[in-house]
Amino acid sequence: MAYIMIFITAVFVNNIILSQFLGICPFLGVSKKISTAVGMGLAVMFVMTLSTIVTFLIYYTFLQPYDLKFMTTVTFILVIASLVQMVELIIKKTSPALYQSLGIFLPLITTNCAVLGIALLTIQKNYTLLAGICYTLASATGFTLAIVIFAGIRERLEHAEIPKALKGTPIVLISAALLSMAFMGFAGISY
Amino acid sequence: MNKKSLENLTRGIFKENPTFVMLLGMCPTLGVSTSAINGLGMGLATAFVLILSNIGISMVKNIIPDIIRIPSFIVIIASFVTVIEMLMQAYLPQLYAALGIYIPLIVVNCIILGRAEAFASKNNVWQSFLDAVGMGLGFTMALTFLGAIREILGNGSLFGWSFVSDETPTMLLFIMPPGAFLALAAIIIAVNKLRGAK
Amino acid sequence: MSKKKQSLLRPLVVLVGIASVSAFTLGYVYQITEAPIKRAKDNRELEAIAEVVNEFDNNPFAEKMKISTSNKKHKLTMYPARKDGILNSVAVKTYTNTGFGGRIELMAGFNVDGSIKSFKIISSHETPGLGSKVDEPKFKTQFQGFYPGRQILKVRQDGGDIDAVTAATISSRAVLKAIERAYDAFRTFNSGSNNE
Repeated sequence: MAYIMIFITAVFVNNIILSQFLGICPFLGVSKKISTAVGMGLAVMFVMTLSTIVTFLIYYTFLQPYDLKFMTTVTFILVIASLVQMVELIIKKTSPALYQSLGIFLPLITTNCAVLGIALLTIQKNYTLLAGICYTLASATGFTLAIVIFAGIRERLEHAEIPKALKGTPIVLISAALLSMAFMGFAGISY
Repeated sequence: MNKKSLENLTRGIFKENPTFVMLLGMCPTLGVSTSAINGLGMGLATAFVLILSNIGISMVKNIIPDIIRIPSFIVIIASFVTVIEMLMQAYLPQLYAALGIYIPLIVVNCIILGRAEAFASKNNVWQSFLDAVGMGLGFTMALTFLGAIREILGNGSLFGWSFVSDETPTMLLFIMPPGAFLALAAIIIAVNKLRGAK
Repeated sequence: MSKKKQSLLRPLVVLVGIASVSAFTLGYVYQITEAPIKRAKDNRELEAIAEVVNEFDNNPFAEKMKISTSNKKHKLTMYPARKDGILNSVAVKTYTNTGFGGRIELMAGFNVDGSIKSFKIISSHETPGLGSKVDEPKFKTQFQGFYPGRQILKVRQDGGDIDAVTAATISSRAVLKAIERAYDAFRTFNSGSNNE
């Protein structure tokens, strides 16, 4: 039950993009087409889960016992950057098809603050490994959900007649505001 | 100060303002701009890291082999972020509590790695310093401005100084997440208009 | 990208060098700031204690003790406040994870007769200007002299006697939950010590 609550809260109520503002850059940058949005979402989900598990283990086996908590940020970002590179290499070697669809997103993920943010929040919220994984998966699902819905909206916007002053970034931000408002409706289901 | 230095300094403030023109560092921009003071604090913290990392990176740029460029930059930036994190925790605990998770996330702020790559790794220490000061100021101003607008509309106050009575309804929407997007959209429309008019 | 075979030694040495300089610097700054960070944290707690208890002349911080809630599930810290050696009120550090922005930590103050004195938020991630208003007098004064045993410690929407902060019912509910937890632990402790 607790896991279901963590999941629902992280996907809808505290949506990582629309209410926590983590991962805004890919949200605004890679959301012109639904297909790329799905690719980005899956890549983020994969890297995020992997990095939360690894950083979690590192934190509780090295940083906490040896009183090195102040090294958390440095360690985590290095681990995430290396993980992303490693995943990129492995995918490139083993599955060129997957690399074609996900590979281009991987370098972008290193500087995606959502990945580091969730790794840090998992520690900050005192989750167990299992709850942390659940939280991460849910956050990544929330990320994918938001970015795919948003890409759908933007595909429609392509054909809409937009006032001259709003063309480009402003209309994107206004759509994001409306989507964020819609997600605020979920606030009531906080447990 | 010669013309080139002046240009490097002012570039970040107006022409290539990281927030309103380049649209970089959007996460902290939207996340902490709920009040003017939070925007100012976040802006200054980021500017501090940006200045130190630009100086540091332009100093060591020649000894870093190309294949470990990005990891080295990240370590340098992350170290400065941790330093400011500890300093804030010790001497500005209230601001630290308000900014929360966004302080360690300065590491992944695209402005900092972006300036390291685009400027500090190609220019000397003095020019990198000027560039960082300009960009940092531009970011700080943008965040404070956005925070001020959201605080005035959403809370009827500015820098914590309230100018409406407790009972006056304010536009709460502006301090909630959607308001961040809306306020930023409005500012960018204005900035685009101004730039077009020039 | 050039496929030229590069020596691995130089990058390795440089990276290790940068990492060690970074580690040394951080360790050094950590040593300098460790004490001030702890002091800042303690100060925040001490200020919160002073705000929620009656006048005291002891050091509540030195006399702190762990107390458990009635179901033994949660352990909270209690700080007794004494004047001339007589216990007049206690502060209980309590928390809840049900705030709008997650965890809220607060210091709840109780008089010895079982009524609430006041409370003070220690840390929270509530929306500034909305949920953060639970720490403002308008909401707080309702708790002064409130008897959780006789009145209902719930917001009006849930059939209780407390007016929630406008547009921040979730934050208000969360605060009530934390106070209830503190009260439960305080009462369990109080009834236990009376039997002695």
